[in-house]
Amino acid sequence: MEYIRLIGIIIIILGFAFKLDTIAVVVAAALATGLASGMSINHVLTIIGKGFMDNRMVSLFFLTLPMIGVVESHGMKQAAVNGISKIKNLSAGKIFNIYLAIREITDAFGIALSGQVQFIRPLINPMAQAAASIKQPLTEKQIDLIKGRAAATDNFGNFFAQNLFIASSGVLLMASTMKSLGHNVSPANIVLYSIPVAVITFIIVGYYNIRFDKQFNSDK
Amino acid sequence: MNVNNILELFYVLIGIIMIFASIESFRDKENSACIGTGLFWLILGLIFAVGKYLPNFVIGLLIILIGILSLMKQIKVGKIKEVNKKLAEKSAKRLGGWLFFPSIILAILSILISEFTKLGGQVGIGIASVVALIIAMIISKADVKTTYHDSERMVRSVGTAGILPQLLATLGVIFTASGVGDITSKTISGIFPVGNHLLGVVLYCVAMAIFTMIMGNAFAAFAVITAGIGVPFIVAQGGNPAVVAAIGMTAGYCGTLMTPMAANFNSLPVALMEMKDNLGVIKQQVPVALTLLVIQIILMYVLAF
Repeated sequence: MEYIRLIGIIIIILGFAFKLDTIAVVVAAALATGLASGMSINHVLTIIGKGFMDNRMVSLFFLTLPMIGVVESHGMKQAAVNGISKIKNLSAGKIFNIYLAIREITDAFGIALSGQVQFIRPLINPMAQAAASIKQPLTEKQIDLIKGRAAATDNFGNFFAQNLFIASSGVLLMASTMKSLGHNVSPANIVLYSIPVAVITFIIVGYYNIRFDKQFNSDK
Repeated sequence: MNVNNILELFYVLIGIIMIFASIESFRDKENSACIGTGLFWLILGLIFAVGKYLPNFVIGLLIILIGILSLMKQIKVGKIKEVNKKLAEKSAKRLGGWLFFPSIILAILSILISEFTKLGGQVGIGIASVVALIIAMIISKADVKTTYHDSERMVRSVGTAGILPQLLATLGVIFTASGVGDITSKTISGIFPVGNHLLGVVLYCVAMAIFTMIMGNAFAAFAVITAGIGVPFIVAQGGNPAVVAAIGMTAGYCGTLMTPMAANFNSLPVALMEMKDNLGVIKQQVPVALTLLVIQIILMYVLAF
């Protein structure tokens, strides 16, 4: 019954799907997998310990936190808000696209803006609503669409550009996991192959947002 | 001094800032779980600072202890002193765009060190982080005390999520040691033939997206699916591992865009903006997510082989 070794995969999938405590789920999956494949408890603990030590590079991003803490307490987010609020006289779609560009560029430099809380709700959403309601007042449904698109734009920019930053936890996780699986990959190489998707995302979402404006321009 | 010794120095530094977080977590009496949280950071801090001198067995035990603390809900972010908004406003006006300068230095310097020296990417990140911190302190005229509090605040607010990626990578080690990849690839290859490059790429990217949708977390899906499908079906067939990892992960993000399981991204904005449609954000994301998934499959196929 070698399939019993897959128990760790089942634990991970179900544990995350049912929103159990994530740390406990991962630790349990590691223990269960080792024990199910016939290792002694001592051996399992040794492998977990060695695995954790060998993968310390994934947590290198902790080293960037003091710097981020210092610029944050000195108004980095406020400076970004001041910059973005200067955008004027643009359609909703164009506001989204400028924000998308800013989000992708800042992501590439590892500047983590808490987008939804700090920018989408207080800034981008009201700016886009104001821009879209110039010709005629917005219906409730349209307001909901704008909010949804604003939030979506933040996610698009955030997700597909974050791996452009070499010290991001995603890039380090990929490099370290590949190493664990027996294939050496440098973080810089992962960044290189993350560029095409970041660019393509910008083009596709840019087009998608420009088309978004049409529904507010038609004189009904 | 060789590269590994320099790297070890940076791990000690990480351990030290985790111990800062530990001290302040213990002192945070408003946190009902202040002891557990303090212990959590203390254990991690010790593993990073002196783990090299401990037997792996002990490290394994400490990881289990962290799992138990977390299961018992004894690790909480707690009350973290927020950034003083007034001071931040004032200094934002004074410093403006310069506040982004340290981050730009960090990103560029780490790439430069990684590409043009023999030190490698990891030491590059370490050196660049320290240089960027010093620049940030000079620009903002922050003293040591402020920097200490900014550090512990950031580390504490990251919480257990900060250690999850490393734990997932560790899980990858256990999977490899237990032969999980071999079993899944044997099972799947009973249905899909190994060796067909395009089929392997489609299988991996679609599995990344679907499992991320189920689990709500692309990092967790990556550890599992890359061991089970990505490596045997693509990398072992000659596919470039950097391409497979980079594009595989973003294929997973397409899943994140389409699932209510990723509450931080898809449900939080609904609540923040009081949207009428609970799935309003996801509905805006699905067309882009599906388009990108198809494009990434093509891209991985072209770039990996």
